[in-house]
Amino acid sequence: MNHMLIILTVLFSLIGITETAEEDYPTTTISQNMDDLKVFDFEGLQNYLSAKDKNKTYVINFWATWCAPCVKELPYFEELNANFNSKNVEVILVSLDFPNKIESKLIPFLEKRNLKSEVVVLDDVKSNEWIPKVNENWTGAIPATVIYNEGLTKFYERSFTYKELETELKPFLK
Amino acid sequence: MKHTIKTLFALVVFIATTAFTPVGTGYDIGDIATDFELENIDGKMVSMKDFKDAKGFIIVFTCNTCPYAVAYEDRVEALNKKYADKGYPVIAIMPNNTDVKPGDSMDKMRARAKAKGFTFPYLMDKGQKIYPQYGATKTPHVYVLERTTKGHEVKYIGAIDDNYQDANAVSKRYVEDAVDALLVGKDVPESKTRAIGCSIKV
Repeated sequence: MNHMLIILTVLFSLIGITETAEEDYPTTTISQNMDDLKVFDFEGLQNYLSAKDKNKTYVINFWATWCAPCVKELPYFEELNANFNSKNVEVILVSLDFPNKIESKLIPFLEKRNLKSEVVVLDDVKSNEWIPKVNENWTGAIPATVIYNEGLTKFYERSFTYKELETELKPFLK
Repeated sequence: MKHTIKTLFALVVFIATTAFTPVGTGYDIGDIATDFELENIDGKMVSMKDFKDAKGFIIVFTCNTCPYAVAYEDRVEALNKKYADKGYPVIAIMPNNTDVKPGDSMDKMRARAKAKGFTFPYLMDKGQKIYPQYGATKTPHVYVLERTTKGHEVKYIGAIDDNYQDANAVSKRYVEDAVDALLVGKDVPESKTRAIGCSIKV
């Protein structure tokens, strides 16, 4: 079984998806399900947007494989997750990839990047209803990020460098 | 002294945070939208004032490279076919910095318009001076304007419809509903909507 996984991972990385070429979707479709990749409508996602653990700070990043600035800042969110996981910080990456690109684009991307933060997919066309529920100020552009814990919530419709991200996180950890 | 440093620090933090928080700039409903003079894919300059008989405009900030914009290309063309003759032509404006997005260059815009048979002007916001005035943040981002005695009044801001995935599964056609209402002198039923889009590349 383990062997199988390694082979699959190697296969996926060989297929070689270009991360930032927004207009170039691969034409090959891979019939492989990543069983632990959760796909939610907004109602399902709300569990991630309202604190489950009172001691934790959650960093929720909305992104997609086709969004070049999102892909650029992913490593910074990964780094944040790695550096602050022990301080009760959890990074969750909410992919807005189109449902028909999950298998052909998102899963190979995730396999290749080997992301450690939890990745979930939001598939809900009723964006006019759910965007303001994430934050009243969000116009809908991605990348967008919410940082929250029990006492504080902040929303950002912008890109980050690692330093900026860490600076924004700091007030949540006091 | 310690106090001063503290105050200074607080001030720096304040400036740093506010500088990065998106400010509510751009147009709101009822504002008068600026005219523009931007280069079309045929090399000619286009302004709203050139359209002598227009009752208003459907301004669409869009581009070649954003999957959401691509998903709506045919629907933008359909809007122009339906409303240009009724006095509400589509004007598409490409707001991205082409150094960041070479796929949105004038050549690529021309090729895309030809391939898709666009019948509306597809303008380049060269220098990126127009989209910030409108307050567009993403592609696609639509502004429906009505020509009044005051100028081009903003009547609708937002999405084209409520289903980017499937044109056949749309239940609310926000832009059509807005223009239909304006054509019969009624209030726009839903004047502001939101959808996901690609951030405009600066």
